[in-house]
Amino acid sequence: MSAIQARTSPPPSESPPAEGSSRGAGLVALRGIDKTFANGTLALSGLDLDIRENEFVSLLGPSGCGKSTALRILAGLIPASRGDVAWIGGGTAEDHRGEIGFVFQEPTLMPWATVADNVFLPLRLRGVSRRDAADAIASSLDLVGLSKFAHAYPRELSGGMKMRVSIARALSLRPRILLMDEPFAALDEITRFKLNDDLLRLQREFGCTVVFVTHSVYESVYLSTRIVVMAARPGRIVAEIPVAAPTPRSEAFRTTPLYAALCREASAALHGAMDGAMDGAMDGVMDGAMDRAVDRAADAGPVGAHADL
Amino acid sequence: MSEANAAAEAGRIATVGAPSKTAAPSASGSRPDPARLLRVALPLGLFALVVLGWERYVVAWEVPHYILPAPSRIMQTMIADWPVLWASLLQTLKTTFLGLALAVAGGVGLAVLLSLSRLVEYSLYPYAVVLQVTPVVAISPLLLIYMPQEAAVLTCAWIVAFFPILSNTTLGLQSVDRNLLELFDLYGATKPRWAPPWLGRFLSRVKALWYLRRPAALPYFLAGLKIAGGLALIGAVVAEIAAGSAGAGSGLAYRILESQFRLNIPRLFAALALLSLTGVVIFLALSAVSHLLLRRWHESAIAEER
Repeated sequence: MSAIQARTSPPPSESPPAEGSSRGAGLVALRGIDKTFANGTLALSGLDLDIRENEFVSLLGPSGCGKSTALRILAGLIPASRGDVAWIGGGTAEDHRGEIGFVFQEPTLMPWATVADNVFLPLRLRGVSRRDAADAIASSLDLVGLSKFAHAYPRELSGGMKMRVSIARALSLRPRILLMDEPFAALDEITRFKLNDDLLRLQREFGCTVVFVTHSVYESVYLSTRIVVMAARPGRIVAEIPVAAPTPRSEAFRTTPLYAALCREASAALHGAMDGAMDGAMDGVMDGAMDRAVDRAADAGPVGAHADL
Repeated sequence: MSEANAAAEAGRIATVGAPSKTAAPSASGSRPDPARLLRVALPLGLFALVVLGWERYVVAWEVPHYILPAPSRIMQTMIADWPVLWASLLQTLKTTFLGLALAVAGGVGLAVLLSLSRLVEYSLYPYAVVLQVTPVVAISPLLLIYMPQEAAVLTCAWIVAFFPILSNTTLGLQSVDRNLLELFDLYGATKPRWAPPWLGRFLSRVKALWYLRRPAALPYFLAGLKIAGGLALIGAVVAEIAAGSAGAGSGLAYRILESQFRLNIPRLFAALALLSLTGVVIFLALSAVSHLLLRRWHESAIAEER
């Protein structure tokens, strides 16, 4: 309990913004992870992944490539069949649970509880009293811009606001690492862009490591300091793309040649990954879709539409 | 298009800005709503029409009161026999509510046990089903042989009210968002250092039960309670009828039997009317309780406010 409070006290602005090029100290690593589900599906095979402090890593891949499974193994929610999760400085996932924040694709809020009570949940489960948690709850809600809605119920909020509450809840324990499983996939594009910017600002102010699962090339390029591209059947890493763009990013980043080039590179890697998996059956269809996607990323057209937000 | 979306978002936020105002339950009750008024007026009007027709029919055809008493005569009997009927009503109410209370305690208690342990679930649940599917009318004569009459009547009320609460609460306890349960694994799996692993697992189950399953099960439990309230009354009446045929009893159902034997048909109707009214009042009261407990967050209660 005292450990939690100690972590709540340092001001969020203290930590320096993570530069895309800088290399932080190691934080956690997946080593030789295999995962076979009970029904015999080989979800992951020989996965190696190093996560460093203050990184923003995106796991990018088609559905079924095991990116969510990798995230769950990292969080200790499910065990790996082989290999291990190595925390730098030792300890098992159990020991590090207080340092992990997890955000699901759905907001996953308790409908019977107010926004503040939802954010309070992880603290309450750790045995923190309501009074001791008040500051942490208030500052978490402040970080996601929902201070005014502390006493609202989830049903009174829009989809984007619910997702903000979910993020505030993940932040309430002041985690060192934030794991996000396609958190914005179900939101409309405008809300998603807004939340992307908020997430970047949050990470900057808060100074935590983020591992972000997504199937959107643009989202991964815009947010990450490093993109890990995965392929399916079996789930494995096929490419790592460092995103060497300056980190206080804004909508303007979407208009830069670097952004377009990175989108093209990530798409190509993803494309290659999917070619292997599809065995030619769906090639025609997917080719067309992917080409259009790459063209759209390279065009300045859609970017103009974003800029007037 | 982006402007339209942004405007919609702003609109949503504006309405959310004052959640306490929009959620006030009296907002829709204070101003007369024509549709709502019609929903009350129509059945009442139909009732008045039927009673009037019945009265006219009995008077016009001079039907003897031991075959079909006029509504006015039933009313007179209700007033004249009130001390007897009131005592019987209290007796039936006592059985019903005691049976319901025991059913809530037993149903919820067992549902919690089932949710905590698979072993208990596999051993006990089939017997709960057997108890439910065996008609209570068929059990009651047997119970009357082995138990004092009051206990037998109470047991009948308990048996029929017990199952809907058990099955609904069990369903509710199981219908928690999987992701929320995973969140509990992530944050709630801290165990005291001295505790063995099995105790740690048990404690985290209890935590999930209290913070997640209990509130998630509440709407299901309340739906079960609404059914159980009516069934407890039915169980009490069935048992009273069985006991009444043995020549003993004091509840409303016994008054009905007794009136039938004595061809006191107006009193039979009066007792029947009281029973129906009791059932309606129990249902309305439980619905109101349910609405009060769920109005802040559950869809079923919110739909009613619109």
